[in-house]
Amino acid sequence: MTLTVSGLVMVFPILYAFLISFMQGGEVLQGSLWPETFSLANYVSAFERVPLLTYLWNSLLVSVLIMAGQLILCSLAAFAFVFTEFKGREWIFYLFISTMMIPWEATMVPNFQTVQSLGWLNSYAGLTIPFFAMAFGTFLLRQQFKTIPKELYEASQIAGISKLRFFTGVVLPVAKTTITTLAIYSFLTAWNMYLWPLLVTNNEANRTVQIGLKQMQTQEIASDWGVVMAGVVMVILPTLILLFAGQKRLQEGLTQGALK
Amino acid sequence: MTTMQHEFTADRQVERKRAWSNWATGMLFLLPSLLLFGVFLFYPMVRTVYLSLFLTDSQGVPIVFVGWENFLNLFQSTSFQISAKATALFVLYTVPAGIVLATALAILANQKLRGIGLFRTMFSATMGMSVAASSVIWMFLFNPSIGLFNRILAALNISGVQWLLDPQYALLSVSIATIWMNTGFAFLILLGGLQNIDQSLYESARIAGVSESCKLRKITLPMLSPTLFFVTTVSLINAFQTFGQIDLLTKGGPMESTNVIVYSIYKDAFINYNVGSASAQAVLLFVTVLVVTVLQFKIGERKVHYQ
Amino acid sequence: MRKVELKGITKSYDGKQDVLKAIDVTVEPGEFFVLVGPSGCGKSTMLRMIAGLESITSGELALDGKRANALTPSERDLSMVFQNYALYPHLSVEQNITFGLHVKKVSKREQKERCKEVCGMLGLTDYMKRKPRELSGGQRQRVALARAVVTQAPLCLMDEPLSNLDAKLRAKMRSEIRQLQRKLGLTMIYVTHDQTEAMTMADRMMILSDGDVQQIGRPLDVYNNPANTFVASFIGSPPMNLIDAEMKDSVLVADGHWMTPVTAAMKQKIGSGRVTLGVRPEHISLAKDSEPGFLVQVANVEVLGTETLVTFDFGEATQWIAKWPGQSSVQPGEQIRICVDDRHLALFSAEKGERIVCEAAPVKKVSL
Repeated sequence: MTLTVSGLVMVFPILYAFLISFMQGGEVLQGSLWPETFSLANYVSAFERVPLLTYLWNSLLVSVLIMAGQLILCSLAAFAFVFTEFKGREWIFYLFISTMMIPWEATMVPNFQTVQSLGWLNSYAGLTIPFFAMAFGTFLLRQQFKTIPKELYEASQIAGISKLRFFTGVVLPVAKTTITTLAIYSFLTAWNMYLWPLLVTNNEANRTVQIGLKQMQTQEIASDWGVVMAGVVMVILPTLILLFAGQKRLQEGLTQGALK
Repeated sequence: MTTMQHEFTADRQVERKRAWSNWATGMLFLLPSLLLFGVFLFYPMVRTVYLSLFLTDSQGVPIVFVGWENFLNLFQSTSFQISAKATALFVLYTVPAGIVLATALAILANQKLRGIGLFRTMFSATMGMSVAASSVIWMFLFNPSIGLFNRILAALNISGVQWLLDPQYALLSVSIATIWMNTGFAFLILLGGLQNIDQSLYESARIAGVSESCKLRKITLPMLSPTLFFVTTVSLINAFQTFGQIDLLTKGGPMESTNVIVYSIYKDAFINYNVGSASAQAVLLFVTVLVVTVLQFKIGERKVHYQ
Repeated sequence: MRKVELKGITKSYDGKQDVLKAIDVTVEPGEFFVLVGPSGCGKSTMLRMIAGLESITSGELALDGKRANALTPSERDLSMVFQNYALYPHLSVEQNITFGLHVKKVSKREQKERCKEVCGMLGLTDYMKRKPRELSGGQRQRVALARAVVTQAPLCLMDEPLSNLDAKLRAKMRSEIRQLQRKLGLTMIYVTHDQTEAMTMADRMMILSDGDVQQIGRPLDVYNNPANTFVASFIGSPPMNLIDAEMKDSVLVADGHWMTPVTAAMKQKIGSGRVTLGVRPEHISLAKDSEPGFLVQVANVEVLGTETLVTFDFGEATQWIAKWPGQSSVQPGEQIRICVDDRHLALFSAEKGERIVCEAAPVKKVSL
């Protein structure tokens, strides 16, 4: 009972957004909870009024790029922390830890200037590259790599397999599950990014869908909530699907990262 | 004897060469991350501190070294005081309530029932929601004329509230929306923490005939404390970094009542072009987060039970 | 086949304390050599130094007479079987076996052929497409063996390969590994903490304790002539019974009341003062009426079918175990009269526990 009520309360705003997106203008103003007919008119006009398709495509591209960049950089770094031994490794590890102490927002002014001087404003490079290095992801993977028996590494040393080949041929496939978890997490976070895209994009060609929402909301606010909600649904649908598909995995993966 | 010494030095040479090649491989693997951290985190952090000591032009180019003046100005400005207070209140409103809510939901969802998966999905749903989308939805819910909240009040014959436009309520309203937005993530991690608790602890408690509330206090919460600790730390840091919902829901207003620190930095830097002041605030934000995290760990060390 | 020589090999992690102290040993080509000792004695470290997984602090390692201290593991041309088998979980049995062969420039076709051959040899032919997690413990063990064999390296190192198997399977694999080694003529260096494995498998064995070599020799020599009390109590199950004894006149007195006469030659060796006296369980028997013996109280009896282990109180704080063939009807609490075959008495110096070697004493039954 408690479960049902709290479940409904939690999802109500999302559900409500879906319902409103199918309503006609009048219904919204009357405050109906259920649309009389499920009309797709709001979606049509959402795509007409703002270049939603371009925004969605930009968001997809940016998210995939960030995800790929983070996976590559994090797994490389985690591999170095677990399977190579050299002087100064501990020191670099602490350097990685310290990055978690720096709130990213505290650095946004110089970062903006850097990106500006690189000519990366309104570009995919500017939207993605600053996020490729990620301490949390490195730790998550390091944690996972540490569970790989060191004998696997030693066996491949005896067989004469190179480090790179061991990395791609053994470590990555064995850590597949955690890497997927991190991929989901990266994608979700990248897709939902708000402040940075707001700073570094100011044209429609490169704008992501989150900023598109802001644009819609400021343009359409008084008039057409149905259209705005249609936009909201288009924004949240991909991540909700991803979340539902990967929820269990995400939960296990994040707990692992949190507790070690 | 000399051949032995010779062989020995030859070995050492090979080993030194190998150590160097190990170092090179390790660094090669770490280099991309280090490079990006350097360019987009460490350099801008140092640069921020540097800029905070200067007066800058509208492009953010430092012109005059002013030392602590930016900081002194901040401490004397009422605007900053309001901002600091708003940030503190916002943290206070969102973090404890959010954690209690997420913990309660996690305990609810940790039962072994048919169809519990559906509820877990429902509770974690907000993790898939972007700040922008969530804010738009809450904007509608808070709408004074057609929003759900005022309709409920009207149905109860209570006059409506200007949720986002009344300085008295705005911060609270944003906080409520924020708590909802953050629940999914905290819930997911806490649920994972609950599921990691060794079931035999509960079984032995059941054999001893311990009551449910006692199990909660003596087993669940202590065993969950490392997870709670992690979630608290992350929530605290996140709360200090809030931006999106402020930008979309209130733009820092009304009367600066929701002008939390990051929004204030954003406004100073990108709207008022006062980069020096923005940088000084950024430094203060950094220091605050640092102090809070260190305090957290100092307190946490004593209170947390690790298995 | 390959000869492995260790000359004064020492290992230290912190530069102060040696975990291995100046090990000297030569493993002959084609020999099955077992390193045995309790956990933490340094036996795995020694194996890993031979493999090249740990650096050598000082001393020389030579393979077939050539210095190998600075060679990488793969340059040493050897194979290794790990305690946890180190199978790649994402690869099939076949892929596991052939993984890494490309480094040795083995063609794809030959890889297939070799794999087939060793799978046939080890009874894995039906499992070649399976993943390790779909295999039983014994099968995984065989895959690990196959992976070592397939490289055709002349030297094979094994680090406690059987300790994750149950007792029955362990006995079976002992004999399989031994047969495989003989058939392929491998030089084998095998690490275990289990003295039964050492006794049953080794051509020669080395007993290590705290980084020190205690004894090197063939299993039966070690069993019959343990070099010190450590070896005496480590090798053999149940272990050799030990007790402090004192020379009084021309008799050895243990625990105040048990005594045995010694020859003049022995007496000279022992000198005066204290020694440790050792008796294997199988050399204690029930005294016949005509034999001198002494009374003890039985504390516990374990009947194993083919033999019986009788634990009895001996002196103040010691318990001894006797091993008798057959099924004895002795009961706990009973007083029995036992006698010790003094031809098999072992004497050790009291301070260092080192064996005092002397000719077997003339037959004289020990008396109370």
